[in-house]
Amino acid sequence: MRILTFIRQVLDAEESVRLSGSSVTLDNSKLVIDTMDEYGVEEALRLRERGADAEIIALAIGPPGAQDVLRTALAMGADRAIHVETDARLDAIALSKVVAQIAQQEQIDLLFSGGQQADWDSHALAPATAERLHWPQITWATLLELKGTILTGKHDTDEGSENFTVELPVVVTTQQGLNEPRYPTLPNIMKSKKKELRKETLDQYGVSPTVSVLREEIQVKARLNRILDGKDAQAAASQLVDLLRNETGVIA
Amino acid sequence: MILLVVEHADGKVSKSSREMIAAARALRREGPITALVLGSAVAAIAAEVAFSVDQVLVADMPELAQYDAELWAAAVAQIASEGEASVVLIAGSRSGREYSPRVAVKLDSPLLEDVVSLQSKGDSLIAERYTYLARVTETVEAKAPIVIASIKPGAFTSATPRANAAEQFDVDLNLPPRRLHVTGKITEHSARISLEEAEIVVSGGRGVGSAEGFTRLVEALADQLGAAVGATRAIVDAGWRPYSEQVGQTGKTVQPKVYIAIGISGAVQHLSGMNKSKVTVAINRDAEAPIFKIADYGIVGDAAQIVPAIIEALRR
Repeated sequence: MRILTFIRQVLDAEESVRLSGSSVTLDNSKLVIDTMDEYGVEEALRLRERGADAEIIALAIGPPGAQDVLRTALAMGADRAIHVETDARLDAIALSKVVAQIAQQEQIDLLFSGGQQADWDSHALAPATAERLHWPQITWATLLELKGTILTGKHDTDEGSENFTVELPVVVTTQQGLNEPRYPTLPNIMKSKKKELRKETLDQYGVSPTVSVLREEIQVKARLNRILDGKDAQAAASQLVDLLRNETGVIA
Repeated sequence: MILLVVEHADGKVSKSSREMIAAARALRREGPITALVLGSAVAAIAAEVAFSVDQVLVADMPELAQYDAELWAAAVAQIASEGEASVVLIAGSRSGREYSPRVAVKLDSPLLEDVVSLQSKGDSLIAERYTYLARVTETVEAKAPIVIASIKPGAFTSATPRANAAEQFDVDLNLPPRRLHVTGKITEHSARISLEEAEIVVSGGRGVGSAEGFTRLVEALADQLGAAVGATRAIVDAGWRPYSEQVGQTGKTVQPKVYIAIGISGAVQHLSGMNKSKVTVAINRDAEAPIFKIADYGIVGDAAQIVPAIIEALRR
């Protein structure tokens, strides 16, 4: 079987967001593999280590620098990688067209993608790709087990969680709690340099954005920052309660 | 028409549905505001929502007793195309955000995802949404015969009902077979007010020390204030609290009038779920904790000492 893990390169969550004009710029910022996607790479490796006879392919669609996250996936243990190079910003619905075509060309059985993108805060790529492929989907998985072509496990829902059974092919979204991603070891990093990283251009997929971004603004909400010293707990507590009573209007 | 998919749970219309109705009214577009009720034994839901919209379409079928992304997407896409909807509104809940992209693909439509504002401009729709872990607001535009939008819970003020009920119509659906089989369900219920509806939220993180510490500090303060209870991912993962209380990137987004963070250091993933709160209060031992940067009021000190003192001061 073949597992495709879709990964994105995003701004490190610890970095501040900066603007250039009316859009976010990532120039000179630290970029990392989207952690939610990284759980998918790890899970693919673990399914194989638990007995699945799987080839694991990592896919990234983005600017030239995105090959760094593919190198990370290869060093973790993915077998080969595909990089569709583009500077275009594609919304999830448009992007899903590319991912679905690649999943078909590569005869994929199981597709992983992060539950939410750390940059565009979107959940839409995986379900949109599943729809294009006419596959079912599991979102927010926290436990997966594969026996032949039957995938069972647990995933989060609106108010709790569910145990499920589904037959491959399927799209699964991953998140924290599913596993603990491994660090690539030096020998594996060396080995990964010989692995195939295929470059493609976006043209052949015939996509264009379905939504246009007019502007981006950094949110500024002024906070009062009235921080009290709590060495005298009673005094600080009374002072805080007075402030909240007088200034919020909702605390009696 | 403007089609909105009514979200409901435990036999009640969810707050998110009333917010979607407000969003639909604010569009001021031609054509009736049409509510679609999907489920089994949903007559009461349909009757309630009829007081807030222009017409109600009801698919009351045993097959719809359990939510399923593929079934919901098929139903909504069918009704939207039969009714020639120009806008389809879906709640920005976890389930709404999971099936709305499938609706968009089925209808070959753009998706405005998890929006906090929505307005018509000529024949396009302009929306604002949060990105970069809710640190950036982006303004996006979609122009198409049908546009799908998921509405972020809490972003719109609930619509008020009218005096007269709109007409209800039963609809027939062509549903696909269910492929995802649910073999068990863990639903988490709390006796307290829900996170989304509360005016005050009291949340706890690792700094409360233990599950017992959470009960003694966070729950006690919440009960004193009539507040909802929230938790960080770290302590949900540690099993101290149920997932339904999780606030942050992978949990709920809240924007209460007052958010009180106890023993929470303030990772961006947590902040993204609460940084729209009107007033934020932080109690933490570490004066350098990032939570203080977004706090209106705070106390640097030991939560185990300070929280009981706050409860005592509130009782006075």
